[in-house]
Amino acid sequence: MNRIDWRARNHPAWWAALVHRVSGILLALFLPAHFWALARAIEGEARLESFLRWTENPLVRLAETVLVILLAAHLAGGLRILALEFLAWRDRQKTAIALSAGASLALGLCYLLNVF
Amino acid sequence: MRDQLLRVSVWRGADEGRLVAYEVPARPSQTVLDVVTYIQRRLDPSLAYRFACRVGMCGSCAMTVNGIARWTCRTHVERVAKNSAIEIRPLANLQVIRDLVTDMTPFFEKWRRAEGRFVPATTPARDFAKVPPASRERRAADAGIECIGCGVCYASCDVVAWDPDYLGPAALNRAWTLVNDVRDGGNSDRLRAVAGDAGCHACHSHQSCALRCPKALDPTASIAGLKRVAARATLRGEL
Ligand code: SF4
Ligand code: SF4
Ligand code: FES
Repeated sequence: MNRIDWRARNHPAWWAALVHRVSGILLALFLPAHFWALARAIEGEARLESFLRWTENPLVRLAETVLVILLAAHLAGGLRILALEFLAWRDRQKTAIALSAGASLALGLCYLLNVF
Repeated sequence: MRDQLLRVSVWRGADEGRLVAYEVPARPSQTVLDVVTYIQRRLDPSLAYRFACRVGMCGSCAMTVNGIARWTCRTHVERVAKNSAIEIRPLANLQVIRDLVTDMTPFFEKWRRAEGRFVPATTPARDFAKVPPASRERRAADAGIECIGCGVCYASCDVVAWDPDYLGPAALNRAWTLVNDVRDGGNSDRLRAVAGDAGCHACHSHQSCALRCPKALDPTASIAGLKRVAARATLRGEL
């Protein structure tokens, strides 16, 4: 049985699906870190304070920006699927992909502007 | 004047095999099927491939051309050749019988499993069924009815590659046209058949099928329709 060739996958809808999936996986991997940070709050104000100070580090801020872009991309990808499956969108699909990519990038950049 | 030559590599063998290089004279308006036929008639009569109508009706000539599944009788070499080179392989996701011929049995077997045949409603018809062309059902059925069963969508679908039981875009598209056929009486069985694990809900909406279908059908949209009908039936307790 021949496998699907990679050249056949090079189209916008496939890339959109990949971004949706990969952003989902990365967000899931981030969850333990997120809960760990919340746990600091339970352990007392001082611990949380020192942790929050650490997050002011530009590198951490950059990582947070990536996280926001991931979240926005995953959200936009999810909305795209909902539109496709429940609203029966067809030809407007490509526009939807472009819009969701644009929206997630814009959100991420807004965040970047805010933190620095 | 010497002929311009196309460099053609063709899959020879079965599931195990290799690409073999041929040189074929380029012609105006030449199709990929013309190229394969030239090789078989002039260079190597043992080459196995399928075709019948040569005009995009029978759906038997699909192959993988430069990585992408296509109907070869309606694919012009000019549109797909890269620097006068073409690579021709059998369709993906299907067992290869020999050279460019795949075993389409699982593909058509899945049409049967998806209850893809018309089931007349029980009351014998006394008159022609009148189905207004503008009705919602009629338009939904019309949108998917021109399928020629070529398997291009099936060979392009990642979910078929992941799950050999997945019914696939063509069979589900067929089921959707019947779900919308007001003369049909088989929908409760059909919905059960397409709503299982290997049915419509397995589709990830990658849309490779819709992009590659040579008849410009949109199986993704048909499958989305099945998902909605199946979800509604589940809520009503009918599934
Ligand atoms: S939309 Fe569904 S059926 Fe079509 S290629 Fe993607 S997963 Fe397969
Ligand atoms: S839906 Fe399109 S690609 Fe799939 S078998 Fe039918 S005609 Fe071929
Ligand atoms: S030979 Fe019939 S569709 Fe190509």
